[in-house]
Amino acid sequence: MSGHSTYVPKSAVGKWFESRLPIMGLIHSSFVVFPNPRNLNYFWTFGGILAFMLVAQIITGVVLAMHYTAHADMAFNSVELIMRDVNYGWMLRYLHANGASMFFIAVYVHIFRGLYYGSYKAPREILWILGVIIFLLMMATAFMGYVLPWGQMSFWGATVITNLFSAIPGVGEVIVSYLWGGYSVSNPTLNRFFSLHYLLPFMIAGVVALHIWALHVPGSNNPTGIEKKTDKDVLPFHPYFTVKDAFALSCFLMVYVWFAFYIPNFLGHADNYIEANAAVTPSHIVPEWYFLPFYAILRAIPDKLLGVLAMFGSIAIMVVVPWLDSSKIRSGNYRPVFQIFFWLFAINAVILGWLGSKPPEGWYVIASRISTVYYFAYYILVLPLLGLFETPKSMPASIADSVLGKGGSGSAMASGAASSPSTKG
Amino acid sequence: MTVDARAQLCLVSFNEAWGSAWQPAPPARFRIAEAKSSFWGLAEGALGARMTRVATTHASASAEPTRRDFLFIATGAAGAVGLAATIWPFVSQMAPDAATIAAGAPVDFDLSHVAEGQIVKLFWRGKLIFVRHRTADEIKSAQNTDVASLRDPEADAARVKPGKDQWLVVYGNCTHLGCVPLGNEGAFHGWQCPCHGSVFDTSGRIRQGPAPINLPVPPYAFTSDKAIRIG
Ligand code: HEM
Ligand code: FES
Repeated sequence: MSGHSTYVPKSAVGKWFESRLPIMGLIHSSFVVFPNPRNLNYFWTFGGILAFMLVAQIITGVVLAMHYTAHADMAFNSVELIMRDVNYGWMLRYLHANGASMFFIAVYVHIFRGLYYGSYKAPREILWILGVIIFLLMMATAFMGYVLPWGQMSFWGATVITNLFSAIPGVGEVIVSYLWGGYSVSNPTLNRFFSLHYLLPFMIAGVVALHIWALHVPGSNNPTGIEKKTDKDVLPFHPYFTVKDAFALSCFLMVYVWFAFYIPNFLGHADNYIEANAAVTPSHIVPEWYFLPFYAILRAIPDKLLGVLAMFGSIAIMVVVPWLDSSKIRSGNYRPVFQIFFWLFAINAVILGWLGSKPPEGWYVIASRISTVYYFAYYILVLPLLGLFETPKSMPASIADSVLGKGGSGSAMASGAASSPSTKG
Repeated sequence: MTVDARAQLCLVSFNEAWGSAWQPAPPARFRIAEAKSSFWGLAEGALGARMTRVATTHASASAEPTRRDFLFIATGAAGAVGLAATIWPFVSQMAPDAATIAAGAPVDFDLSHVAEGQIVKLFWRGKLIFVRHRTADEIKSAQNTDVASLRDPEADAARVKPGKDQWLVVYGNCTHLGCVPLGNEGAFHGWQCPCHGSVFDTSGRIRQGPAPINLPVPPYAFTSDKAIRIG
């Protein structure tokens, strides 16, 4: 995916094959010799982690699907049978359920990395938009997956989210009954959600391929935001970044399996171990944690249609971020005022998530409104205006300068450069 | 394929179709085709090449439609109709199927077991319905509400059957996002929704919170003094 390959097959079979399907050359140029900026910090390992999590979800999911029954009368029991009767069924299910959460932790780190280091700016706009599309597909996949165990949270989560579309004036009710295949969330709904839950991860895989393709045109951004210029700025992907990615992945996996094995239900809701009941809504329904900030935005606005628009808008606005940010400086490391607003934005997002888990009453509602206003103001006011007023810090001339220092002491490690450029610049 | 190659290919196939002598178009004309095809892809490339040819051979005559124009439009039209006809079944299959619709047959419900003050839940067409045996106080507070002040103004009398003030029959899903409101809760002692806090009065009308409209009244009729038929 990165132009011409320097790969030369060693064996005769290799040569024969390569001249017919040059896939080894593609892999070689993309993941072996690919020149990466030498100063990438650990925030750049989350792309690899995400790729791993997608594969992990597909493998555990395909196996779960061999034991799962997508029928409203049997789904709940089939999941209980997976937990009790299938050999290691409990493990597969806990890995899959917690895997979804880990996937979102990784994607949020990945997105905030992009927002901080300005990775969305030219020439990476398409790369960024493909990322937003992957994020949307992930949300759809996780939402439909959560419906499959057919517990109370599954059922009422599905009811509330599909009903969002009833806010569309005129045709809303028809659209919702077309989504359900009935007059309420019911067996046809479960069946189609299962079909789509199976399909979407493979669509994600397709968009990921485009995402990496688009990435390998300009190559990775880096903590300085300065493009690579000479060979001194880069290191080959293998072994430098394969090792770094693998090390980060190992640490990440420890957290993942710690959740899956020791606190497998910590991120879930006890109510989902009660079978779906269309006559009773649990007293406190909340979506999975990774949807909470958006849920808080939905509830902050007292009007149904406007609430729904704000919620979808809060994601859609990410598409135009590359054109909202007026600053020519890419990396937040050299933007002292931006840093303040950025961290406020990050904290605000966490607060929104917390508010989304609280009942919609009293001062929680007021706080949600303030947070929602800041969420949008960051995109609509801060990013466009800040670039016009802010005086950036002085910047190093090149990536190599930022790492090695202008005197070229050569002592700094490629990975240790995360925080240093701002002081050295 | 490069744009030039594409344009040439168009000209070649075009040549075959018309059996006329191959006439290389002047480079300037190619550029017209190029500019178009770079954006719209092969189809427009063909169109561009065709226009080039029209321009070269019919330049003096009027640019009247050619046989290729006809084929192009006819194929496009057939394709559009075919596409629509293909998409329709894929959309239509999402609608409630025949069995689901058939399950919408009317249901009879005996009211004699519903005590005063009680709310009973039942299902019709898979949708939850509340049957509420209202107390005298509940009826009075529903009737004494200033209708004009309501978000979805509706008099209590319009939501119950004449002479049957004690029986309120409404859909049991919140008109916000579909949760089941809890009975006898909230400031108006009608219902309160646990999801986003909508409050309904003893007539099932929206009074507070995000829900836009009152709990709708399903189609039903009294079959006797103590029985109703829903649907
Ligand atoms: C993007 C990747 C994926 C994500 C984020 C995801 C997410 C989820 C979530 C959140 C659940 C609910 C877990 C629970 O609480 O029980 C679930 C369940 C399920 N998923 Fe996935 N999934 C993914 C890929 C797949 C794939 C590729 C398949 C199968 C081909 C699959 C099959 C299933 C099945 C059968 C269940 C129901 C069993 C259960 O609830 O554990 N998933 N998924
Ligand atoms: S669903 Fe009832 S208030 Fe939102």
